[in-house]
Amino acid sequence: MPEVAIVGAGPAGLSAASVLVEHDVKPVLIDEGKRPGGQAYRSPAPGLDLPIDALLGTESGKYRRLHARFAAIAERLDYRPETLAWNVQEGKVFTVSGPRIVTIGYDALILAPGAVDRLLPIKGWTLPGVYTLGGAQVFLKDQGCLVGRRIAFCGSSPLLYLAALQCRMMGAVVVAVLDTTSFSRKIGAVPMLLASPRTFARGLSYLAKLRRSGIPVRHGVRSLEVAGAKGVEGVIYRESSGEVRAVACDAVALGFGLRPEFQLAELAGCELRYDAIFRQWFPVCDLDGRSAKGLYAAGDGAAIGGADAAELSGQLAAYAVLEDRGLPVPQARLRGLRRGLGRLRRFQRGLASAFAWPHAWLADTPDDVIVCRCEGVTAGDVRRVAHAEFGGSEINRLKALSRLGMGRCQGRFCALSAAELSAAALGRPHADFGRLRGQAPVKPLPMAARLEP
Amino acid sequence: MSILRTEVAIVGGGLMGCWTAYFLRRRGRSVAVAEKGLIGAQASGVNFGNLRIQARVVGELPLSIRAQEYWERFEEITGESCEFAPTGHLRIAFTPEEVATLEKYATEAEPYGLGLQLLDRMELRRRWPWLALAIGASFSPRDGAANPRGTATAVARAAQRNGARIMDQLKVTAIESVAGRFRLSTDRGVTIESDVLVNAAGAWANDVAEAFGESAPIFAAGPAQFVTEPVPHFIDPAVQAMDGSTIFRQVPRGNVVVAGYPRGPSDARSNRAPVAPLKTAAHMARLIEAVPALASCHVIRVWSGIEGYLPDMLPVLGASETRPGLFHAFGFCGHGFQLAPGVGLVLSELIVDGATPTPLRGFEISRFSGGRQTEAEQFRREFDAR
Repeated sequence: MPEVAIVGAGPAGLSAASVLVEHDVKPVLIDEGKRPGGQAYRSPAPGLDLPIDALLGTESGKYRRLHARFAAIAERLDYRPETLAWNVQEGKVFTVSGPRIVTIGYDALILAPGAVDRLLPIKGWTLPGVYTLGGAQVFLKDQGCLVGRRIAFCGSSPLLYLAALQCRMMGAVVVAVLDTTSFSRKIGAVPMLLASPRTFARGLSYLAKLRRSGIPVRHGVRSLEVAGAKGVEGVIYRESSGEVRAVACDAVALGFGLRPEFQLAELAGCELRYDAIFRQWFPVCDLDGRSAKGLYAAGDGAAIGGADAAELSGQLAAYAVLEDRGLPVPQARLRGLRRGLGRLRRFQRGLASAFAWPHAWLADTPDDVIVCRCEGVTAGDVRRVAHAEFGGSEINRLKALSRLGMGRCQGRFCALSAAELSAAALGRPHADFGRLRGQAPVKPLPMAARLEP
Repeated sequence: MSILRTEVAIVGGGLMGCWTAYFLRRRGRSVAVAEKGLIGAQASGVNFGNLRIQARVVGELPLSIRAQEYWERFEEITGESCEFAPTGHLRIAFTPEEVATLEKYATEAEPYGLGLQLLDRMELRRRWPWLALAIGASFSPRDGAANPRGTATAVARAAQRNGARIMDQLKVTAIESVAGRFRLSTDRGVTIESDVLVNAAGAWANDVAEAFGESAPIFAAGPAQFVTEPVPHFIDPAVQAMDGSTIFRQVPRGNVVVAGYPRGPSDARSNRAPVAPLKTAAHMARLIEAVPALASCHVIRVWSGIEGYLPDMLPVLGASETRPGLFHAFGFCGHGFQLAPGVGLVLSELIVDGATPTPLRGFEISRFSGGRQTEAEQFRREFDAR
C-alpha cells in the first residue's frame, strides 16, 4: 500500500482520508489546527458549549457527519494535530510540532491546506479592531468570542452575510453589512449561480434573514475606509447613490473572497496558473486533483469551491491516488463526484462575479495607506519602486526593492493587492506582474525547533 | 538591427559591472552595460550584505580597503541609501587553535592598518554579554554591512546619470573580434561594438572567457541564508564564527539575518538555488548555541542565490592573457559584495591608465591554464563533498 500524506484536516483532507482508510491505506493526516474540521467545520474548544446547529443552520448536518466520519476512522489514521507543514522538498514533508521538526516521506501527497481571506488595503485597515472575516469566525467558532461589540462586515464575499448572522446570533450588534459589489452585478451573475440552486437559495436566505433582523445591508459601496485614532471607531463609505455615510463600530470584519494557500504546492513542484476571473493564482491540476507526479491538490487550496466542493475534491484526490497506483476504483462513483464538483466550481465562478474583487480601487489607493503590514510598506512606496529606473517590474523584484512581502506573512495577504496596484500604476495587465515565488518556511518556524533524529 | 558603438562594453549588470561603468564614466570613457536579466538580481542582490575587510587573504586587503571608502561615501556618490551601517565585524573563535589563527592573522594584517582588536573571553563578555561559547575574537572596527538588494540598482542609476548606457534584459548571444574590436550580438537586435570588453558576468563568466580561448574552473553555489522576524535590537556587530558554522547580523529594524557553511548547491543554467531544509535546521541550532537569546524567535524566510566560485577561493580579476582589451572580474567566491567598488575602480585604472596601484597578484586567470587547480583549505571548509 502506498504511503500517503495529507496536509489539512478540513472537509477536503478528511474526505480524502476517509476514502483512503476505506481502501486500507493508513494516511498521515497533518493538521495545523488543534482539532479536525478545518475552517468551515471548525469545532469549539473542549468544554465550550456552542450552539453549533443554530450557528451552522442548514450546514450543521454536514458538520456532524464530517466529525462523525473522523471519529469513525481516527484509529486507522496517523493524525497529527498542531503540526505545521512548512516545506516540501525531495519527496518529504517537513513538519514542525512544538519543538520538534519531523520529516514525513510519501509516495503520494494530497495538499488540502484551504484558503485564507483575500484582503484589499483600505484606509485604516491596519487599526486594532480590524479582522479578516475568517479571523472573526475563528474567534467565534473556536472560542465563542466576538471580535467586538458593534461590528461592521465589509468587503465582498458571501461569507460576509454568513459571518454577520453568526456573530449576531452570539450577541454582537451588526451595525452594517457593506458589500462593495453592486446589486445589478449580482443579478447579472444569477444564471451562473443557478449551477447550484441549493447553494444559491442558501445565500438568499442569509440575505433575507439579515433584512428581517433590521441589519442595514448596502450593495455597491465605494470609498470604504476605517476611521479611528488608536483603534476602530467606525467605518466611512460612499453609498451607490453617491452619499457619504459613517457608521460607528468597534470592530470591522473585512474580506474580499478567498485566496488559495498554494505555497506548499509550489514548493512541492506544482505549476501555478493565473485565473482571469478570480484574478489570482491556482495550482495546475485536473478535476481529480492530479498536479505533479505523486502530488494532488484538493479543496479551496486547489480551486475556490467552498466546503461542499472540498468534500468532493478530497474524495476525488484520494481515488486518483489509488487509481494512479493501479488499484481498483468505483468509476461510476467518480463520474458522479466529478459532475458534482464541476457544478459547484461553476457556481463559484458565478460567485466571483456576484462578489467581485474591486481591483480597480487599487489604482486609487491613497499613497499613505499601508499595503504590506508586516514591513510597513505603503501604496506610495510600491508606486515609487514600480516607477523607478531598474525598479519593480514584477512582483518579486518589487519585493526585493521595497521589502513588501518579506515579513511574517510572506506576502500571503499583500502580494495580490501590490501586484494590482503596481500593474495599475504602470498601465500593465495584472497577470504580467506575476506572483511571489514561494520560499520556505510557509509560516514562521520556531528557531528552537530541532530535527527529530 | 542597430549598432551601438562604445569605448567599453561590460557584460553583466551586477555590482561589479555597475561600479566599473560608474568609474569609467568618471574618467570620461563611453560605456555600455548589457545585463541578461535584471540589474543586481543575482549574487549582488541576494548576498548576506557584509562589508567585511578582515578575514580576507592579505593579498586582497589593499583592494578591500580601497573599496570600503566608497561604501562609506555611498550616499554622497549615488544620492541613495544602501542602508550602510558601520557596525564593525566580529570574528569569533571557539577553540584555542582558532584563537591562535586570529592572532596570526592580526599580525599579518597589521601593516595594512585595519586596527584589529583581539579580545579574550572576559573582554568579549563585557562588550557583548549575549555571546555564548566564544573564547576569543577579533573585532574589525571599520567593517560594516549594507542591504544588498537595492544597491546595484542605485549604482546603476548613478552610472546612468553620469552618462553610462545600462541595458537590462539584454542577453549577449555571441562575442566576436572584428577588425580589432569586440562585437557583441544580443537577443534584442542590438549589436554592441567596443574597443574594450569587461567580463563581469558572474557565474556565467566562462561564456565570455571561452570566446577568447580562456576559462576558469568556475562553478555555481549558493549562500543559504535565513532571516527572523524583527526582535528588539541588541546585536550591534556583524558576527562570523571562524569555522563558518554561524554568521549573523541584526539589521536596525530588528530582523536577524543568518548564514552558515557549508554553502548550498545552485544551478546557473536553470537559475535555481534551492535551500535544503536540513541545512536551515542545522544553522538554526548553531545560531542559538552561539546566541541563546535568539532561541525564542522564528525563521520567517530562507533564500539562496547563484554565486560563482573557484577552487582556490580567489577571484579572477585583471587583463585577459589571450586578448588585449579584454578584462575579467568574476568568481568572487561569496566575498565579492564588499570588494565591488574597488573592483570597478581598479578596472577603470587598468583600462584608462594601463595600470593600477592596487596589487592584483594571485587573481590572474592564467593560474588555471593547463588545468591547474589548487584547492584552498577554506574551500574544503565551506563546501560539502562535491
